[in-house]
Amino acid sequence: MIHFVLLISRQGKVRLTKWYSPYSQKERTKVIRELSGEILTRGPKLCNFVEWRGFKVVYRRYASLYFCMCIDQDDNELEVLEIIHHFVEILDRYFGSVCELDLIFNFHKAYFILDEILLAGELQESSKKAVARLIAGQDALVETAKEEASSISNMIAQATK
Amino acid sequence: MGSQGGFGQSKEFLDLIKSIGESRSKSEEDRIVLSEIETLRRRLSDPDIPKRKIKEYIVRLVYVEMLGHDASFGHIYAVKMTHDDNLLSKRTGYLAVTLFLNEDHDLIILIVNTIQKDLRSDNYLVVCAALTAVCRLINEETIPAVLPQVVELLGHPKEAVRKKAIMALHRFYQKSPGTVSHLVSNFRKKLCDNDPGVMGATLCPLFDLITTDVNSYKDLVISFVSILKQVAERRLPKTYDYHQMPAPFIQIKLLKILALLGSGDKQASEKMYTVVGDVFRKCDTTSNIGNAVLYECICCVSCIYPNTKLLEAAAESIAKFLKSDSHNLKYMGIDALGRLIKTSPDIAEQHQLAVIDCLEDPDDTLKRKTFELLYKMTKSSNVEVIVDRMIDYMISINDNHYKTEIASRCVELAEQFAPSNQWFIQTMNRVFEHAGDLVNIKVAHNLMRLIAEGFGEDDETADSQLRSSAVESYLRIMSEPKLPSVFLQVICWVLGEYGTADGKYSASYISGRLCDVAEAYSSDETVKAYAITALMKLHAFEMAAGRKIDMLPECQCLIEELSASHSTDLQQRAYELQSLVSLDRRAVESVMPADASCEDIEVDKELSFLDKHIQGAIEKGAQPYIPESERSGSLNISNLSIRDQPEVSTHSLRFEAYELPKPVAQPKPSIPQASSTELVPVPEPSYSRESTYAVPVPTVSSSVSGSTELKLRLDGVQKKWGKPTYGSSSTPDMPSQKSENGLSRNDDSSISMSRPQSSLDYRKPSVEITPEKQRLAASLFGASSKTERRTTSTHKAVRSTGQVAEKTQVAKPVDPPIAKATPVQPPPDLLDLGEPISTSSAPEVDPFKQLECLLDQSESASASSHTADNSSKLPDIMSLYSGMPTSGQTSGAVGPISVNGDHLVSPSEVGVIATPAGTSGPVQFSKGPNLKDALNKDARVRQMGVTPTSQNPNLFKDLLG
Repeated sequence: MIHFVLLISRQGKVRLTKWYSPYSQKERTKVIRELSGEILTRGPKLCNFVEWRGFKVVYRRYASLYFCMCIDQDDNELEVLEIIHHFVEILDRYFGSVCELDLIFNFHKAYFILDEILLAGELQESSKKAVARLIAGQDALVETAKEEASSISNMIAQATK
Repeated sequence: MGSQGGFGQSKEFLDLIKSIGESRSKSEEDRIVLSEIETLRRRLSDPDIPKRKIKEYIVRLVYVEMLGHDASFGHIYAVKMTHDDNLLSKRTGYLAVTLFLNEDHDLIILIVNTIQKDLRSDNYLVVCAALTAVCRLINEETIPAVLPQVVELLGHPKEAVRKKAIMALHRFYQKSPGTVSHLVSNFRKKLCDNDPGVMGATLCPLFDLITTDVNSYKDLVISFVSILKQVAERRLPKTYDYHQMPAPFIQIKLLKILALLGSGDKQASEKMYTVVGDVFRKCDTTSNIGNAVLYECICCVSCIYPNTKLLEAAAESIAKFLKSDSHNLKYMGIDALGRLIKTSPDIAEQHQLAVIDCLEDPDDTLKRKTFELLYKMTKSSNVEVIVDRMIDYMISINDNHYKTEIASRCVELAEQFAPSNQWFIQTMNRVFEHAGDLVNIKVAHNLMRLIAEGFGEDDETADSQLRSSAVESYLRIMSEPKLPSVFLQVICWVLGEYGTADGKYSASYISGRLCDVAEAYSSDETVKAYAITALMKLHAFEMAAGRKIDMLPECQCLIEELSASHSTDLQQRAYELQSLVSLDRRAVESVMPADASCEDIEVDKELSFLDKHIQGAIEKGAQPYIPESERSGSLNISNLSIRDQPEVSTHSLRFEAYELPKPVAQPKPSIPQASSTELVPVPEPSYSRESTYAVPVPTVSSSVSGSTELKLRLDGVQKKWGKPTYGSSSTPDMPSQKSENGLSRNDDSSISMSRPQSSLDYRKPSVEITPEKQRLAASLFGASSKTERRTTSTHKAVRSTGQVAEKTQVAKPVDPPIAKATPVQPPPDLLDLGEPISTSSAPEVDPFKQLECLLDQSESASASSHTADNSSKLPDIMSLYSGMPTSGQTSGAVGPISVNGDHLVSPSEVGVIATPAGTSGPVQFSKGPNLKDALNKDARVRQMGVTPTSQNPNLFKDLLG
């Protein structure tokens, strides 16, 4: 089972946290401090796993952002590594070449997406398309004007290139 | 929502994020967040704010809490928002409450009603949102409130709803298995759901159920095997493919379940062999996910009833893992080796050098995993090397959690395999010295017992040698500063018991050292207690041996200090020592017999030693003791005064204590009467005990003789008997008291100290020229043919130098050093920097086929029809899926996915897949859309006045770039 998901920037700033096991606010701060200290200092060639308080934390770095998931002792680390990648691919698909800035300003959307992938600490959907369909269904309710606006701004940006 | 910058938030919010992003210190960040909290508090308490605004405020609250600040004042607004009719608001409300609240929060009760309503909604998105909240927020008490609706939703037409309902039920099962035990059959049914997503989700609860009760699910083996077979044969819709692997996450889950079902069950295992072999063969070993499945296969093979062919395949895969350059794979290889070693112990030998490499790797994670493996393969022949290594590592780390774990492992191994007691004691000394306060106290007791009992055989000289070596080592260690308390206790006990046994050290020398300890650790009462008891033993032994011993002045000081101590235990021990010194030699000998810590103490429950006194008392006219059972009736009526009645009943506890002695006539009448006046009023038990202690034997006799003519007053007896017992029985109990000080718990902690008399045959290769590593390997794995080892080692040397060379090549900085010299520049892509590095990893993976198929409808349609053909031959569950993809394809073609489709096949993504660390991409692809998109974003952000580029150029970098 996944106990929590953390997204931390290379500077140690928290970009997203999702807790599937109960942690008090105080514990959360402590966990984040402890883990960012441990993970951010690890070299590039080392394992993507860290043993921590009887759990294992699997992390993966994308550009300047670290995606971390805390799992049980007997879970499959490589699988979790791919769950992280699965999540990132879906984010990428949703935001279009996702970058850290997207997640900073749209963290609530990232939460919605994460909720479609993981539920109660387990992988609930491994099909990217099924996730995308659901998110799209939810977003279809958002004013279409927004999409238009963004496509217009896309066009403007293209034109000014 | 305003659409500034395309991010959908108001300028205010963007400014907040921007200023936090640019804050230079934690305190600055805190200040910004605190003022933001104030703003939000003010705004939210305004009754007239528009709904749209509230939603944004709630999102801002989420942000504030994410940064670790308390925003509990706003939780109620989030709860309120879940009541909103507008789905968007509702969804945000649910998101916020799931992030804010734990399941035991008081506000949950306000949400349950909303959840109930939403679970009945016509809009499946509302139901989904509610189910997501159910998974997070419903606790044991509120399960019944939503359970019927969740069960009903298992039959919902939308697969997303069914899937979430399954997950919710799974959560309920985890919370309180009792509430859903009658619904377990639903999970079995849902295994045959015609949506693969629902089937995949069902595997989660089934895995849990099977873990707790394997036998009720043996009938499902065939179903699981057939599902796995079809998944492996790519009969699931293409959308479940992941990096060319067919539904790997489902495969992994299935393999886990099969491992449980096949464990120790030959019949069940035989049904799995074929399919597991198939999966083994089909795994793509070049991709990460392929290796994940492969690893799960190995786990499965090592769990189920052994099959030679599969074991061979597993060993082969492990070899590949261990030979890989990737640390991740090495780690998995070591882990897998540890699993397989149980069934085929020989396998470790061929990988000995790889294992030793991992052991010496600078990567802590890998090192720890290797220690775990060594722990599993420890035998009496290699225990010394392994434990030695473990302790060295234990000393070098600071992580207390792991230190405790590795210390207890060392102790466990040492106890189990110790080749000699000498070694055991030395090892224990090291463990205690460095992790003493982290290990279990039982371990210390075991150590004391081992020293006391010595070898299992009757070899007295070896035993005394062992003890004197222990004493010597402790006297040496003692002077070191800051020893752990547990270790000091052991030291004090051993010194007290055996310090003077071999005559090497004088009693006064050892007492001096003990006093030093008591002084140096004056805040540790347990240590002081151990020290003073040790002093008492030393004095007793000296006196018993007929030697004159002078009390050292510091010892005298200590006694005085302790007899005024706040701790009654310390006081008592000090007084005991004082009174012991004043006893004569014969008494001391029986009170503190030398080297008697292992003697069994027989507790005379009958108190038969008092018979003589009783006899005397009865002869002098005292009434015999009447047991309570016989007494009660007559007592009430006859000679007991009414005044005493209530008192008797209030002291029911003492009645119970009374029943221990058998009805043999007791001396009760006498003692209490004589001592009643002085004993009863004393409230502090230790004092009264002390007073009798000082002159144990005389008290009893004198009191008996003086009280004979008195009448039996049972109420009084009950009150006073408890205390005098100590005094009267103190003489025979003295040894027990003594042993309590040291070894009381030993009998309970019956850890068998089986020490196989190992022949110490771990051989170090005699050839001096062989490198250190080989020696280590030999000592770990036992000597195999030396020539072979030597050749492998030279291979190894070549390889390792190659590695070093490669390392220097690869050790280029990952993040762009040149990037963003000028912020105005378009954000450079990671790919630019990937160029010099990219050669290091060979991207053998084809471009993302399954993503392409999203765009190319015809292709996938034909693929799905192909699967339909295939599956129609076999009438089974999977054939249900085959109809799906076509419809799914068309319906999925709305929304942002199709718009962004061109990014998905962007080659940069493929690069990442090939290099798991996400550091570099292959050069040969042009990076079209990424750049354009990054430009767009840059422009957008700049439009709103945010220039995070100057702060952190990485923000713009594509995560997948």
